[in-house]
This record gives sequence, structure tokens and C-alpha cells, in this order.
Amino acid sequence: MDAGLAIFYFFAALAVVGGVMMITRKNAVHAAVYLVLTFVSVAAIYILLGAEFLFAVQVLVYAGGIMVLFLFVIMLVNLEEPRRFSGGRLRLMTSAVVTFLLFGMLARLFARSLPGQAIVAAPATEGNLQLVGTLLFTDYLLPFEVVSLLLLVAMIGAIVLGRPRA
Amino acid sequence: MDIPQHHLLILSLVLLTIGVVGVLVRRNVIIILMSIELILNAANLNFVAFSSHWHNLTGQIWGVFNITIAAAEVAVGLAIVIALFRNRETVNVDEMNLMKW
Repeated sequence: MDAGLAIFYFFAALAVVGGVMMITRKNAVHAAVYLVLTFVSVAAIYILLGAEFLFAVQVLVYAGGIMVLFLFVIMLVNLEEPRRFSGGRLRLMTSAVVTFLLFGMLARLFARSLPGQAIVAAPATEGNLQLVGTLLFTDYLLPFEVVSLLLLVAMIGAIVLGRPRA
Repeated sequence: MDIPQHHLLILSLVLLTIGVVGVLVRRNVIIILMSIELILNAANLNFVAFSSHWHNLTGQIWGVFNITIAAAEVAVGLAIVIALFRNRETVNVDEMNLMKW
């Protein structure tokens, strides 16, 4: 097994462990820290896949910005944890069945749509960041601007919603 | 890098399922929002996996958009959580059953 593959399995296991710990922790702060572990592991897998720009964005925006926001809100509203599961046996069973069906459906879809041999591309002469930037400002200029508008609207919405009522 | 494509798909599928279980089972609205982030991240991993497999950067561009939209979603979602907490003193989704009070 070559080193890249071993590193991939290591970070994949770390991501799954972080996710499982996240949904099982009683304390919301612990859950947030385990989610950071998952995000950083996924970022490492982006590096292995050659997506350096997304790695940087993932670490900065997810592990940095979003998780700090989560921790901030947890500190603001921290109360005693509500009971783990209050819906009773029926809801638990329904959840299990729905999740299992979703898993099976997607697994079947993925198994059927497995792509063939990878295309061997000519090695890129430019870096990943340069290529992504060029694409963002040429072919994807309109979505890029729309997304920036969405961010502005989300910011205004968050300020309006979070403002204390007069 | 020759990571088998189906292993990446399996990892993203497992992460997505963990996120779905978190949304369905947990009652704390903040942990539900975190599970949604996990689901978005699993989708992103799929984008990057296929982008790397086909040597086509479109998947990575959509990954950037995905992260942006996740950030917007979490900002508005957490603002709603704070507004709800201010009015109802709860973060339990079972007690959030009114649109207006």
C-alpha cells in the first residue's frame, strides 16, 4: 500500500470517528470540537485529491469561521441538554428505517454509477489556486456574483434576526 | 494520487448518513445544525472526488459555492436560534412548535 492511500484511510477513519462522536456527545461544546476534527480530516483528504484551494477555504471558513460561530452561540445559549431522544420507540424505529433506506439507495446508486478508468490528464503547468481563480472569474462569474449577493443577504438577515426586540 | 474512487464515495456516504442520523435523533437545535454542516461537507467531498477523478475543476468551483452557502445558512440558522432562545429559553426542537407567540 502506498503512502498516499495509507494517509487517506487514516484521515477517513478520523473523519468518521469525529462524526460519530459529534452526534453522540451530550455536551454541545465537545460535539463542536469533534466536528472540527471531522472538518480538518476532510480538508486533509482535499489535499490528497489535489484541491489545495478548497483545503485552504475549508480550514479557514469551516474549521475557523463556522465553528467559532457555533461555539459562540453554544456559550450564549448553553442550557442543560434536553433529553437525548424524546420521541419514543416509534419515532426511533422510523428514523432508523428512513436512514437505512437512504443509505441503501445511495449505496446502490453509487455502486452502479462507478466511473471507469480515470482520465490521465497532462500535468498542469499552473497551480490549483490559479486555475480555480481563472475559472471563477470567467466561466462562473455570474454564480460567483450571485453567491456574494446571497452572503450579503444572509449577513443582513442574521443581523436583523439577532437584534434585540425594541 | 490513486485513491480508489469508490472508497471516496463510501466515505462521503458514511459521513452523510452520520449527519442524517444526527438530524433525526438529536433534539438540541445546535447539534442538528452541526449535523447539517456534516451533510454539506459529505456532498462537497463527492464534488472534489469527481473533480479529481475527471481532472475537471468544475467540481471544485461548486465546492467553493457549497462552502459559501453553508456559511450563509449557518449565520441565519444561528441567528434564528438566538432569537428563539431569547423568546422561549430553550434549544430543544420538540419545544419549538409555534411560529408566533
